[in-house]
This record gives sequence, C-alpha cells and structure tokens, in this order.
Amino acid sequence: MAHATHDAKPASQPTRVERAFKDAFIAALVMLGLSVPILALRTEQNMSNEVILIPRPWLVVICCLIVFVGRLLLGLFVFNRAPGAKPLVETPTAVKTAWAKFAPYAAQVGLGAIIAYPLVALYLGGPQGAIKWIDNFGIQILIYIMLGWGLNIVVGLAGLLDLGYVAFYAVGAYSYALIATKVIPATYPDLGVWAFWICLPISGILAAMWGVILGFPVLRLRGDYLAIVTLAFGEIIRLVLINWVDFSGGYAGLSSIPRPSFFGIPFNASETGFAARFGLEFSPIYRTVFLYYVILVLALVTAFVTIRLRRLPVGRAWEALREDEIACRSLGINTVSTKLTAFSTGALFGGFAGAFFAARQGFISPESFVFLESAQILAIVVLGGMGSLFGVVVASIALVGGIEILRELDFLKAIFGASFDPTQYRMLIFGLAMVLMMLWKPRGLISHREPTVFLKERKSISSSLVQEGHG
Amino acid sequence: MSTPLLKVDHLTMRFGGLTAVGDLSFEAQAGQITALIGPNGAGKTTVFNCITGFYKPTEGMITLTQPDGKKLLLERLPGHDINWKGRVARTFQNIRLFGGMTLLENLLVAQHNVLMNASGLSILGIFGAPSYKRAEKEAIELAEYWLEKTGLIARADDAAADLPYGDQRRLEIARAMCTKPLLLCLDEPAAGLNPRESLLLNDLLISICRDHNTSILLIEHDMSVVMQISDHVVVLDYGRKIADGPPEAVKNDPKVIAAYLGVEDDEVEKTEAEIAAIAAQAKGDAR
Repeated sequence: MAHATHDAKPASQPTRVERAFKDAFIAALVMLGLSVPILALRTEQNMSNEVILIPRPWLVVICCLIVFVGRLLLGLFVFNRAPGAKPLVETPTAVKTAWAKFAPYAAQVGLGAIIAYPLVALYLGGPQGAIKWIDNFGIQILIYIMLGWGLNIVVGLAGLLDLGYVAFYAVGAYSYALIATKVIPATYPDLGVWAFWICLPISGILAAMWGVILGFPVLRLRGDYLAIVTLAFGEIIRLVLINWVDFSGGYAGLSSIPRPSFFGIPFNASETGFAARFGLEFSPIYRTVFLYYVILVLALVTAFVTIRLRRLPVGRAWEALREDEIACRSLGINTVSTKLTAFSTGALFGGFAGAFFAARQGFISPESFVFLESAQILAIVVLGGMGSLFGVVVASIALVGGIEILRELDFLKAIFGASFDPTQYRMLIFGLAMVLMMLWKPRGLISHREPTVFLKERKSISSSLVQEGHG
Repeated sequence: MSTPLLKVDHLTMRFGGLTAVGDLSFEAQAGQITALIGPNGAGKTTVFNCITGFYKPTEGMITLTQPDGKKLLLERLPGHDINWKGRVARTFQNIRLFGGMTLLENLLVAQHNVLMNASGLSILGIFGAPSYKRAEKEAIELAEYWLEKTGLIARADDAAADLPYGDQRRLEIARAMCTKPLLLCLDEPAAGLNPRESLLLNDLLISICRDHNTSILLIEHDMSVVMQISDHVVVLDYGRKIADGPPEAVKNDPKVIAAYLGVEDDEVEKTEAEIAAIAAQAKGDAR
C-alpha cells in the first residue's frame, strides 16, 4: 500500500469528484448484481397454472439509478470531506443560536400561517378544491395538535406514560353524540341547533370525570405498570362501546349526529341557513371553514391553559413530579391529587377534541378509537419533544400531514406500477421516521425546557438534564 | 424542662425478619441541633424515613409538639402532610433535586401549598388574579433570601443538575427551608464536602437553628461537624440506642468508642504493645 502511494504522482491522484463518481459506479454495479436476480423477473401464474416470467428491466434501471445518484451525493457531500470544511451537521450550539433568533417570532408566524391557511386554500383551490385541503389537512392536523397538547400535559409535563389517551377522546365523542341525538331531542328539541355548544363543555367534563375515575386506582402504579393499565383502559372503553349495543350502537356506531351551528344558525340550504342569512350562495365550504376555526380556537384554548398552568404552582408540581416524586412528597406536595389533576386536565382536552370530532364527522363508531390512535398521539408528543407545545405542532404536521400527503403521490404509480398505493406504506414510513428520530434526536424535535420563572435571565435547560418521568 | 419538639417513643421498624430499628426512644428539643450517629446500617436513615412519613413504623409513636402546644402524631399523618401540617422538612442522603428545573423553580416548588392556596386551586391563577401575583412575588422573595443565604443567588436561573455537588447539597437545604419548617431533618449534609465547604455548612446550620426558629435533626458521619455544632447526640448501633447525651459525654462513652468512634492510631499501637508485653511475659513464665 505504501509502495503504491509512493509511486502515484500528486497530479494523477483522483479528485474528490472522480472518486465519488467511481464509488457511485461501483455501488450501482452492486445494485445491478443484486437486482437482476431479485427484481428483474416477476413470476406469475397464467391461466393454465404455469409459471411465467415477466421481465421488468425498467425497474432494475431505476433502482440502479437511484443508488448511483444517492451514492454520488453521499460521496460528494458527506464522505471524505476536506478538512476545515463547514460541518455538514451543525453543532447543537449553532442550532441553538439559529433557533434563538427565530424563536421569539415562531409563535406569531406560525399562528398567522394557521389563521390564514383556509383563506389561502380557498383562493388557490376554489370552493370545491379547497374542501379537501381544509378538511383532510387543516382540521385533521388541528385535531391531532389539540390531542397532542392534551396528552402533553399528562406525558410531557407530569411524566405519566398514558397509552390509553384515546379513551378520553372516545368518551368526549360518544358523550356529544349520545346527548345530541338522544337526550336533547327527547327533552328540549328547540335546543337542537345549539346542541354542539351545549354539549362541548359537558363532553369535556365527562371525559375529565372518567380521567379521575380511572386515575384514582391507577395512579399509585408507576412506569410500565401505569402504561399497561392505561392501555387496558383504552381497550375496555372501546370494547364496551362495541358490545353495549343498546347504549352505543355497537359496531354500527352512531350516525346523523347534529353538526355545529354558527352560534344558532345551521349550515344548510334552508331559508334560515347560514348562506341564506348572509346572502351567500349555499356551499358546504362555509361549514368546513367554520369547523376549521372552531378547532383552531379549541386548540388555542388548550395551549393557553397549558402555558398558564405551567407557570402556576400546579404546573410546577407536575414537572417536579416528573423530576422526582419522592422529593415532591417530602416538600408537602400531595402526589396523588397532583397526578389526578394532570390526568383529568389532559382528559378534559381529549373530551373537547372528541366532541369536535363527532360533530365534524356526523358519524362515529368504535373503529375510530383504536389503540393505533393512542399510539399516534403519543408518537406526536414524543416526536415533538416532551413538554414542548411548538414541537407538537411540528410533529402533528409531519405525521398527520405527511400521511395525508401520501394520498397525493399518484406520480409514484408511474414508477412502481398502477397497483402501487403509497398509503399502504404509511406505517413503514412512520416506523422508519421514528427510528431515524430516535437516532438523531432521541428527546424529540424541541427537547430543551424553558424555565417557568426567572430572576435575571431566561436560560433554556438542555434536555440531558431533564428527567423523562417514571410514570 | 420544656416539652421536646420531637419525641420518639419505642419506635420499631421491621422489614420482614429484619429489625432495622428496635425500641428506639429519644427526644429533640426545640431550638437545638440533635445529631443521630452510628455505623453504616445502624438504622439512622430508617429513623428519618419513619419521622418524615416515607415508612410507617411497625410500632411506636412519633410526637411533634407545635409552638402553640398542639401535638401531632407523625406516624398517623399521610406522607405529604408531615411537611405541610407537621412542618417537618428533610433532605436526602443521595441528593434529590428537580434537576431539570432552575434553582428558583426548585425553591418555588417547595412553596407549592402556599402558592396553591393563593392561586385558588389554579382557577384564580389562570386568570392572573392580583392576589396570586402578590403571593408569587412573596414566594420569589423568600426563594431569593435563601439563595442569598446559601450563596447560590448568582446561579438562580441555571438548572439544578448543573450545579457542583456541594452547591447541590446547599440548594437542597435551601429548598427544605423554603417550606418554613419547625424541624429540619438533614441526612448526611456534609457527605462529599471538602473541609472548607464543611465549615461553611456548619455556619449555615447554626444560623438556621438560631435565626429561623428551626430545630435540626442531623445524620452525619463527619465527627468534626457533629461535635462542633450539635447540642445533643444520639448514637445508634444495630437499630438500638447505645448512648444519648451531650457531645462531650458521648465522645468518651466506651460503648460508642467500641461500636463506632474507635480510638486514635497511637492508642491502638499502645494497646497492641501492651498485649505483646503481656504475651511475652506469659511466654517467659511458661519457660
């Protein structure tokens, strides 16, 4: 080896670009070698049950090209970087300073964008095209942001691992659906148009009450045990909803749930409907836009209450509980009631979100409240960084919006064949994203903690010092 | 003699077959520093855990007499009420701070119950009621006072886990003092401190005792601390009390010397020489 380098003149040494190309070429060759036996031929049975081979040369070419380009980019920008070059991945301090410049405006900019979003969608997509973007993206993401913020109180602040959060979402949704379809028509049918606004607080309170009922026996458990019991609670609620057919309609669910009214004015094509009252042409878009702003306001209330509570003794006690429960007890903090407040406050917002969900869908069934929902909400909280409101927003947009975006990727069918459906890979992508996150930022996107009070200067606290809680 | 602040009567704590503390009775007077010493595993921390409600004693009575003469049986109070109603605060042998929270936040968490009442169980607080703001300002002032007193004010806005070891110990004391306790239980406050820090700690503890109407119950292995500052020493060995009295008396008690204190090196040599002489004499006699 030493001999070879000695012989080679400096001028004839391959440059980085040459090396990268050579490297990429070798990688593409390896890919070719691998893909010929694996990808090039597809076996299928014909009508007479004989195996026939369908050659797929283009797939091989595309795969090799992807590997070539990918390896080339890696070779040029990642491997063998010249000494003294700008680091590829900025150091945490650099990130922090960039973040510090942006942070004061992040909330305003984000809020402005979220408020303007439906109007922009309407302008760009027209009343018909915008519905999908406002409903599937906007409202869906905002529901998860709200759920994430609600669960953030339990998991992020109090450090109690709750795997059954969807139970409170279900309690809220069924509370609204049952009261609005059964109780109100039977007692005060005149209040029908106000059903949503009457039931919203009731649903939240019922969910919070279930939070207390569940929390009371369960919160003396810690860590894994708490996680398992909350998981079981989520399943129990779902199974009761499935099996108690007289009460909840079982698998069939509840339908024709009243939609929210514009403070008493229904969104329909009638004389007294929203469009007629305001002299507009009837269109379902008005309700969608209204729903968007309703969930936005609900989510902002959640955020406001969370921010306020964090600065109050109860919020500090939640965080102290996450840091060290024994020390809390020695300082006279009633750990059981403190945990219960965290649990029920989280459940309250889950209940609000559930009521909104039922009102938006007009139909609910136990299918909507499976464990996967709990897992997704928890993933949003963990991915966002436990305790960070802004992180939850980013994570919701990435996870919920990202999965919705998969439905839009029709052009991939041109590459992978007409039967290719990107949405079927959403769990795979979801898992991959989680693995990458855990490698890259194990404590979530925004992992540092902002102190709730300060004497001279507010200093962010590095995530390595903050405890995650033991349940 | 006035009624003792803390009276421990026939305290027994068994874990299965192991009797960690057996029939222990002692008193801690108001306005004094009482030290609890003994070899490792003697049951000192178990006594602390019984007094501060982390264990429920198997037998015995722990009576705390409030300044107004009201008596509280600590073993019957729920864990968190011992601090809030009984006004007994403690620190831990392995420091238990809220590491991810700032020093100031740590001291505000200690004033949780006062602030919680002021915030109207959070409802007034959410709407930013002036009465809560006033209470919070007072709480911050108290926290500032203790940060000054423990020399940590410069780092008030840093995370507690960022502090060096000695500062963490002092912060834990400051945090306990923010609950305005009648009795402060310190579990090895001088462990891991260098001699200078240890001297500062002595001054701090004496000042707490003299100026803040707080009596101190102290577990400590560092005899220089114990002998200098304590008014009263209780010695435990295998869960039983072997001596009880003023430091000078305890220091010279043969049982305490045998079980715990031991003797100086030159005394050991002297004794060994004596034994050797006796042995030689015996050998000579035999010949």
